[in-house]
Amino acid sequence: MPSLAVSCRALVKRYDDGTVAVDGLDLDVRVGECFGLVGPNGAGKTTTVEILEGLLALTAGEVGILGMRWSTDERALRERIGVSLQQTHLPERLSVIEVLTLFRSFFAKGRDTDDVLRLVALEEKRGAWYGKLSGGQKQRLAVACALVGDPDLLFLDEPTTGLDPQSRLQLWDVVEAFKRAGRTVLLTTHYMDEAERLCDRVAVVDHGKVIALDSPRALIASLGGQDVIELTLEEGTLEATVVSRLPGVHGVRHVAGGFALAVDPLHIALPALVDHLRASGARLGRLATRHATLEDVFVALTGRGLRD
Amino acid sequence: MTKTPRSALRELTLTRFRLFVREPSAVFWTFGFPILLSIALGIAFRNRPPEAVQVAIERGPGADAVALALQSPRVKAQIVDVQKARPELRTGKVSLVVAAHQPRTYRYDETRPEGRLARLLVDDLLQRSEGRRDPTPVADDRVTEIGARYIDFLIPGLLGFNLMSSGMWGLGYVIVEMRTKKLIKRMLATPMRRSDFLLSFVAVRALFVFVEVPVLFAFAWAAFGLRVAGSPVLLVAIALLGAIAFAGLGLLVASRARNTETVGGLMNLVILPMSVGSGVFFSTSNFPDSIQPLLRVLPLTALNDALRAVANDGAGIQEIRSQIALLATWALVSFAGALRMFRWS
Repeated sequence: MPSLAVSCRALVKRYDDGTVAVDGLDLDVRVGECFGLVGPNGAGKTTTVEILEGLLALTAGEVGILGMRWSTDERALRERIGVSLQQTHLPERLSVIEVLTLFRSFFAKGRDTDDVLRLVALEEKRGAWYGKLSGGQKQRLAVACALVGDPDLLFLDEPTTGLDPQSRLQLWDVVEAFKRAGRTVLLTTHYMDEAERLCDRVAVVDHGKVIALDSPRALIASLGGQDVIELTLEEGTLEATVVSRLPGVHGVRHVAGGFALAVDPLHIALPALVDHLRASGARLGRLATRHATLEDVFVALTGRGLRD
Repeated sequence: MTKTPRSALRELTLTRFRLFVREPSAVFWTFGFPILLSIALGIAFRNRPPEAVQVAIERGPGADAVALALQSPRVKAQIVDVQKARPELRTGKVSLVVAAHQPRTYRYDETRPEGRLARLLVDDLLQRSEGRRDPTPVADDRVTEIGARYIDFLIPGLLGFNLMSSGMWGLGYVIVEMRTKKLIKRMLATPMRRSDFLLSFVAVRALFVFVEVPVLFAFAWAAFGLRVAGSPVLLVAIALLGAIAFAGLGLLVASRARNTETVGGLMNLVILPMSVGSGVFFSTSNFPDSIQPLLRVLPLTALNDALRAVANDGAGIQEIRSQIALLATWALVSFAGALRMFRWS
């Protein structure tokens, strides 16, 4: 078995209307890891994933999946990958088990449908029509359809978008169990907590390119601060150049109505900041501290928020 | 790794079948609608007993004797004033006015068939009451032949119409809906064979023929005494060929359309001209000779002609081979075209 589940070089996708959705993207996903593509809507995540899934033609570049190519090994590849599209509307009047049995019949080898139902915690909904399921249950059935062929590589495009917290947790359990079995996952998300929790490595995508790629921890560490101080001022102002020279402060940026400071360690930076504010005569409105997230990484890299 | 997987074609066909029977409106349009339509049209165009002719007798001497002589279920005669008789004739309320004076006069419009009929009938009745005898005795044998009534003409046409609309909607609309919901894309992400996907639609249409034909003909037999003159097996075989040809056309209109509005328009473009021009409700011979060649090549015309030839005239396979060839050509051409053009994503 090759050591790379997905390898993709200089991938370009230009649509007929001239828009460039993917603009020279490189990506390597190792066997057995959970790899995340994060970035704002329109960054090119779904286009990239659908090319990797062999559902969309690429304009230029090279794609290898499990050591094979779509142009020559499509049938063999289809047997070994599982796909959950960003949105799938399954037929309303089919029951859960009917949908799963149908998808199972497409694969030469695969898993027992009842085992898969148990895995996604839908045994109780076995006979219920798809149209009667909640959003979370529908999404779990979509993932079950991706798992029923017993894939080596699982693609999940925004698997938890729009789901309630409990449904998200249930889906995360499913992904983690799949990973524990030594299989590979490639998922896209714009939830940073999801990427931090599930992914071994994350590629930050913007304008169709990878702008950063590492483990979530390393990406956050690259900010120079594990923590963030957010503050607003009622009086006076903050000189960014002065504040950034305070002990423990690694970065300063303006956010809506105030400032965000990347700091490490917090217990050195915070007293120094308070002393500085007192000395400069500025008056604090609000001050809060939190751990840095991938969202901060994205903002630091692009200068804008994920949902801007 | 457990259980041998079930055949994908079988599962896809089963899925199509389930989705059909769980959609009450689809079941109604396929099975209920043709029956309701045959009831409505069967009542509207039922064969009535011949109507009595309306006759006015001018008031005057001898009028009562004439009225007495005209007492017959085939004549309805009334004595009216002389000045009222003419307007009644002019407006068609009566077909004939009898003036009893000498010579007895029949006033009627010779260009109207009912006028001429009334003239013959009334004169015959009056002459007989006055003692005329026929030189040669005759007997009447009145028949209304089963197989020559409007309902006998209509039922095969309704079957053809139904095979067309079920094929167009069952494939055309359903496939485009699956495309807009990205269900086709989702299935293509699996090892499913594209041919299995398309074949499952045709298989379901073919299976339903074995229900559609018996249901409609059993109803028509029970309600109207309709009988199939030819081979029922041949009738089902033609219906099967028709269902497959229209499944191909349904696939063809669905092959490119990205949304259900587009495919709805395309389907009407196919269905409407044929429901008028292919002899569903009335014979194609009502259209001028100049467009007959065009009507002849329509698949529904061929299907209706073949169904009627077998159901009404007892035709065998030799007599309808040109229709069979035409339907088979339509099926082949539409499937080939659909497969070339089909938009999978």
